[in-house]
Amino acid sequence: MLPRPAGHEDEPSPGATKPTSGPELEPFEVFRQEREGEPMRHGGSVVAPDPTLALHYARELFARRGESLRLWVIRRADIVELDDQDLLNPPLDRSYKKPGGYVMRDKLAQARVRTGQAKRTASSGRGAGPATPAAPPDQAGQA
Amino acid sequence: MTDPLALDPVLPERERSRLPFNQDRPHDERYQAFEDHVLAGGKIEAGDWMPDEYRTSVLRFVEMHANSELMGVLPERDWIMRAPTLRRKLALTAKIQDEVGHAQLLYRVAEDLGKPREAMIDDLLAGRTKFHNVFHYPTRTWADIGVIAWLVDAAAIVAQQALRDSSYAPYARTMKKICWEESVHIMHGRDVVVTLAAGTPAQRAMVQEALDRWWPPLMQMHGPRSDRSKDRDLHWRIKAKTSEELRQEFLGIYVPRVRELGLSLPDPELRLDPVAGEWRYTEPDWAELRSVVTGHGPASAARIGFRLAQREETRWVRETILGPAVAA
Repeated sequence: MLPRPAGHEDEPSPGATKPTSGPELEPFEVFRQEREGEPMRHGGSVVAPDPTLALHYARELFARRGESLRLWVIRRADIVELDDQDLLNPPLDRSYKKPGGYVMRDKLAQARVRTGQAKRTASSGRGAGPATPAAPPDQAGQA
Repeated sequence: MTDPLALDPVLPERERSRLPFNQDRPHDERYQAFEDHVLAGGKIEAGDWMPDEYRTSVLRFVEMHANSELMGVLPERDWIMRAPTLRRKLALTAKIQDEVGHAQLLYRVAEDLGKPREAMIDDLLAGRTKFHNVFHYPTRTWADIGVIAWLVDAAAIVAQQALRDSSYAPYARTMKKICWEESVHIMHGRDVVVTLAAGTPAQRAMVQEALDRWWPPLMQMHGPRSDRSKDRDLHWRIKAKTSEELRQEFLGIYVPRVRELGLSLPDPELRLDPVAGEWRYTEPDWAELRSVVTGHGPASAARIGFRLAQREETRWVRETILGPAVAA
């Protein structure tokens, strides 16, 4: 249920050309790094009987004009995939794990009003500072 | 303590299970979920479940594209040994290698949809599948190479740019790489044409003659106008634009660029209708298009014949790598 190999059983074998004899051709996924410091990005795929030939093939297709600093080829069958949305995007509010999950605008405004540092609003006009309520005892010493 | 499992789901159904058609459901439900996903702008990956008609439509489209890239190098190949300078020869060779590379990338995309490459080559060489009309014509002068690299590639790139939004994600990603390389070909072709147009009277006459010959096939290349509502490829968002939209876009960009060189286009009706904002032109010869793409073009037999001979000549390479049985 957790990880499963890429591709589904009820499909024609994804991309595998089945020869009647000789070495089996299989798909290899190609990843390339475009500039120093950048991540390896998926570029496409090639079919080959072994990793060495897959690499030569990838070099011809993905690096012949100097657009790659590095290439990886990975047997497609060796990729372990997880796309179960119940695990990746569980149906629960996880907003507390993201910066956007913390909405404090109103509370902050309230707190500023209490410490006399409320920002002037358009209607209050320049220079006409808001009334400064007495600071509550627990915030009296705060800078 | 709050039991997290007792919390209400906050994400909408579509986000919770982004690809409901991948789940084991009755076919009609799956089909509906798939269609909703695609029509809402969703993308399909090779491993996703897809209706047979979607799979075959994408396959047919990509296979025809791959065939065109493979066959499209043959008219240009004839000019490698006749290129006028070493730099032109290098550029032409690089372009040809790019186009064969595109064929390889596209045959990979098609293979993942379930059709083996050998079967695609078999069908191409037996005339059961098609390739673009423009590659069924012979090349007669060096100016043809400029016109093909500039305008044939430009007409193709207009279509290919729209395909970067295809609902079939592996195809869309491949098109991004292909478009990037095609933009170099267009510069190479335009440079050849501009050089000839700025050259001697004989060179100008040569490029004008090439343009006159290539214009009718170029106008046919995107195909006849079609009914948007009946086009399955548009419905599934396999492609994004109709034939006529592509042709209009091509004319809008390239007619002014041809004319600014002092070259003329062999169609007295060709003009921009300022009211409709559309190009008017003489109706292309659709009978010629149909005849050419079904293997009755002036160079069709020669192109297929070359590929057949080539397949025999390179058999030893495939046999070395794959063993005798596969290389059939």
